[in-house]
Amino acid sequence: MRVLAALVSGILFGAGLAVSQMTNPAKVQAFLDVAGAWDPSLALVMGAALGVSSIAVAIARQRPQSLLGEPLQIPPPAALDLRLIAGAALFGVGWGLGGFCPGPALAGLATGVPEVRVFTASMFAGVLSYRWVLRAVPIRGLRE
Amino acid sequence: MTEFTPVSATVGGFTIGLAAGLLLLLLGRIAGISGILGRALAQPLGEGGWRLAFLVGLPIGAAAVSLVAGGLVVEVAASNPVLVAAGLLVGVGTQLGSGCTSGHGVCGIARGSKRSLAATLVFMGSGAIAVFVVRHVLGAGP
Repeated sequence: MRVLAALVSGILFGAGLAVSQMTNPAKVQAFLDVAGAWDPSLALVMGAALGVSSIAVAIARQRPQSLLGEPLQIPPPAALDLRLIAGAALFGVGWGLGGFCPGPALAGLATGVPEVRVFTASMFAGVLSYRWVLRAVPIRGLRE
Repeated sequence: MTEFTPVSATVGGFTIGLAAGLLLLLLGRIAGISGILGRALAQPLGEGGWRLAFLVGLPIGAAAVSLVAGGLVVEVAASNPVLVAAGLLVGVGTQLGSGCTSGHGVCGIARGSKRSLAATLVFMGSGAIAVFVVRHVLGAGP
């Protein structure tokens, strides 16, 4: 049941990314190109998604557990730190350079476009190199 | 250059919000793609494999839309070496910063997290700088 619910959520998520054209890197880069021919579509995508998910969060907070009886894992508020800011900055540079973030890259695998596979394979390598190697590098302020 | 598409952007965003809401209300989990991806790559069948199921759903949903719409447009301006560098930055950055556009930008802000709001402003800022440098300083792309 959990697997089915997760699959349905993933399918909906992927469909939403495709409908909103976030699977097209040119669309994402046009949103980030504030000094060029700016395309504000991505702001509407985020706004609409935020509106709906805020309602879901409000409903979830009223409940003792999820509808399938799972614990509601809403992270508690935490302070800003260097890890968050450095990670977000690096992520943004990669996002701007390629026009892909993780969701659209995975959804875009459906198109069979070879560049999507190149980006996604490299992203997997980045994720694993962080989890296996970089996480253990003792840089002050960046340790978990 | 792309056109402003308010209707498809709103409908698509609504669907993404619905998907994130469903995952939260049914499984009690936050739909942050990079967090789900990181844990799924480390342990694909952990916790009953729900993460793998969610991730597999992403291309299925996109394929369904592609089928109805008669294909999806994917215009890639970056060369393969740039895509490799971009992929590494996205992979490392999302793990270090504990989230991406979905986890921070949608789910994090939806629950009122100041961390997520800050992260979203930072990655949008650094993304805009990267695009500015590529397009207007180096003169590449459209």
